[in-house]
Amino acid sequence: MKFQNPAEENAMPTYRIMDADGNIVDNTRDPQSVSDDEIIQWYRNMLTVSIMDLIMFDAQRQGRTSFYMVSAGEEGIAVGSASALIPEDVCFLQYREQGVLVQRGFTLKEMMSQLFANKDDHGKGRNMPVHYGSGKLNVHTISSPLATQIPQASGAAYALKMQRLINPNVPPRIVACYFGEGAASEGDFHAALNIAATKSCPIVFVCRNNGFAISTASIEQYKGDGIASRGLGYGIDTIRVDGNDIFAVREVMLEARKRALEGDCKPILVEAMSYRVSHHSTSDDSFAYRAKREVEEWKRRDNPITRLRKWMEKKGIWDEDKEKEARASIRKEVLREFSAAEKVKKPPVRAMFEDVYEEITPEARVQMKELKRIIEQYPKEYSSISQHEGGIKSLEE
Amino acid sequence: MSQHCRPLLRVAASTTTRSAIRSYASQAAQPATRKLNVPIDFGKTPLLHHSPKTFTHTSGLPQGGSSTRLNLCQAVNEGLRTALREDNKVLCFGEDVAFGGVFRCTLNLQSEFGPDRVFNTPITEQGIVGAAIGMAAEGAKPVVEIQFADYVFPAFDQIVNEASKFRYREGSTGANLAGMVIRMPCGGVGHGALYHTQSPESLFCHVPGFKVVVPRSPSQAKGLLLASILESKDPVIFMEPKILYRAAVEEVPDELYTLPLSKAEVVKPGADLTIISYGRPLYNCLAAIEAAEKASPGISVELIDLRTIYPWDRKTVLESVAKTGRAIVVHESMVNYGVGSEIAATIQEQVLLSLEAPVKRLGGWTTHTGLAWEKFIFPDVTRIYDAILEVLEY
Repeated sequence: MKFQNPAEENAMPTYRIMDADGNIVDNTRDPQSVSDDEIIQWYRNMLTVSIMDLIMFDAQRQGRTSFYMVSAGEEGIAVGSASALIPEDVCFLQYREQGVLVQRGFTLKEMMSQLFANKDDHGKGRNMPVHYGSGKLNVHTISSPLATQIPQASGAAYALKMQRLINPNVPPRIVACYFGEGAASEGDFHAALNIAATKSCPIVFVCRNNGFAISTASIEQYKGDGIASRGLGYGIDTIRVDGNDIFAVREVMLEARKRALEGDCKPILVEAMSYRVSHHSTSDDSFAYRAKREVEEWKRRDNPITRLRKWMEKKGIWDEDKEKEARASIRKEVLREFSAAEKVKKPPVRAMFEDVYEEITPEARVQMKELKRIIEQYPKEYSSISQHEGGIKSLEE
Repeated sequence: MSQHCRPLLRVAASTTTRSAIRSYASQAAQPATRKLNVPIDFGKTPLLHHSPKTFTHTSGLPQGGSSTRLNLCQAVNEGLRTALREDNKVLCFGEDVAFGGVFRCTLNLQSEFGPDRVFNTPITEQGIVGAAIGMAAEGAKPVVEIQFADYVFPAFDQIVNEASKFRYREGSTGANLAGMVIRMPCGGVGHGALYHTQSPESLFCHVPGFKVVVPRSPSQAKGLLLASILESKDPVIFMEPKILYRAAVEEVPDELYTLPLSKAEVVKPGADLTIISYGRPLYNCLAAIEAAEKASPGISVELIDLRTIYPWDRKTVLESVAKTGRAIVVHESMVNYGVGSEIAATIQEQVLLSLEAPVKRLGGWTTHTGLAWEKFIFPDVTRIYDAILEVLEY
């Protein structure tokens, strides 16, 4: 009789192509099949996320936006994995994947419109900042409840597979579903992986294991070998990858995407290891539960942006001047869109009642009328209505 | 004013009859003496179409085509089959759906449409609803089954936080869940105890985003289900009173037809009192109305089948109560914070000056459905009869 003891098993290895100094350590997958321009674009995309993080974090501190969540340390996971997708693939995000959006072509204007909840926001100003979405880019709108997107992504992947069964001319597509290691403790994670496996869904689950769920270190989150070890239990092909190595993340995602679409399709689990350099959000001071020194060490020792920069410098396609120019021009662009978005009107007040159902219900129409009456009766109490597109007129029938 | 006093005078004139009948109700334990709480004769009730000739009574039912006698589970099955044939984007799944379902609602669907479109899932309600949301978001029409309404709660987060808010938060991306339907057997069945009797409709109505539908009959089930799958641009929670699965049998048109959502049906016109109900209790309501009208000749009670619980047909209900001046809302689920509370409050707000009596709410008592007491918990014919007298006498 032998009980399997997880402590006696070897931890699943972490795949990497490039070391912390930007040296290629695995030549079997050659990132140089990609053009230099493309790699520079990934770098600029990571930099864009990083620069926007700093500006928006400060903007929130100044009270100019209500909330923000930075992606520091995890830009490589987002940009690297998104670079392996085709535009028609469908993405479900948690909230710390701005890089996926930037890589897929979400513009700074679109980001700022969402962050300022102005009338140009795709979500019509209804969601908290960082809850992005884009129909054009096939990214479903982010929602705050953790892990709920994971079974939805499994279902979406099944629908994509069915579309191909009905019409074989539809290009093969996958769903990429992102979540953190904390979210993986939710029941929805279990439900999603089990359904995806039993129904052979073309989906790649990307877990960002950054060591913390707000204040909860991963040692309090799980006892097993991370999230990756669970994939095998569901019968899912799984790999652990160095999340600070954009080449490794991209190559893993390319291979995962290919495997997900093979034969009758199947799900793949990718656990990307990183470290949450930043606070959880603007509402969190992480030094209340971890040492500043630990964070500083991570920042210094390893980072997806500096790692790629070292590689690019070694290859002779990047230097200090280019770095300065890139940082300055991205910063300027971010600030320009920031100021522009801040001045744009808020969505019409009417949009508050729209889209609950396809049509506004009779009940809601009565409430719209009542709100209009109240605002007209007490105009001084609601002077901010002038900031909304159309003012009070939008509440008319 | 004098018009509204009529029922009161009539009832007062028939006090002897009323007290005689009330005495039967107090002796409910002696079957031989029962006059009110007798089994519903589903073979005779006018709430069912025993012949296609009465299809004209229900707006929206096709006339002149062929029809078949079906019970409620067969009609659900027929509705699902019709939807699967009509639109290849329709998918049908849940726990034990493949072999036909524990109530036989999905019988033979997998053999006709294949395991890609009709299939079993692992036992995970949050997974079933979550997956359905993702499918609908990508244009499929998932019709999923929660085996019992009592087991929908693990999926509550997906229903309340995700599906209900989906169109709203997606905004101008345009993504929505049209075609998504969550079916679930609900309500008392005589011996279902705590976890095979619940009717959680009011919980779904508190958060807008879903249409909540409860059919009372096979022809309704088919028409409302097809409207939910093929026509509704909003997700639908479709609650099937499981006690009617085999009990309610009627003629059902064979062709594809739909019945309108968010539209109530006046199933019996009346002048002195409006009873608003849905699903199984409608049969009790009609029996109680017949007994009351017999006991007090001259009174007439209007019976409204809500059909869609949310967003509900306020116009039909309010017009009826404005006419009759009295209202009772009847449902199986607990009375506290129930559908009756919302309807009663709305009536009170909108047609207060027409009211001759307080709006009466009749629901399950505010307790859980202990196995031994189901027949005492849900509103039976006696309680509805008593309420009719009480409201008319007020």
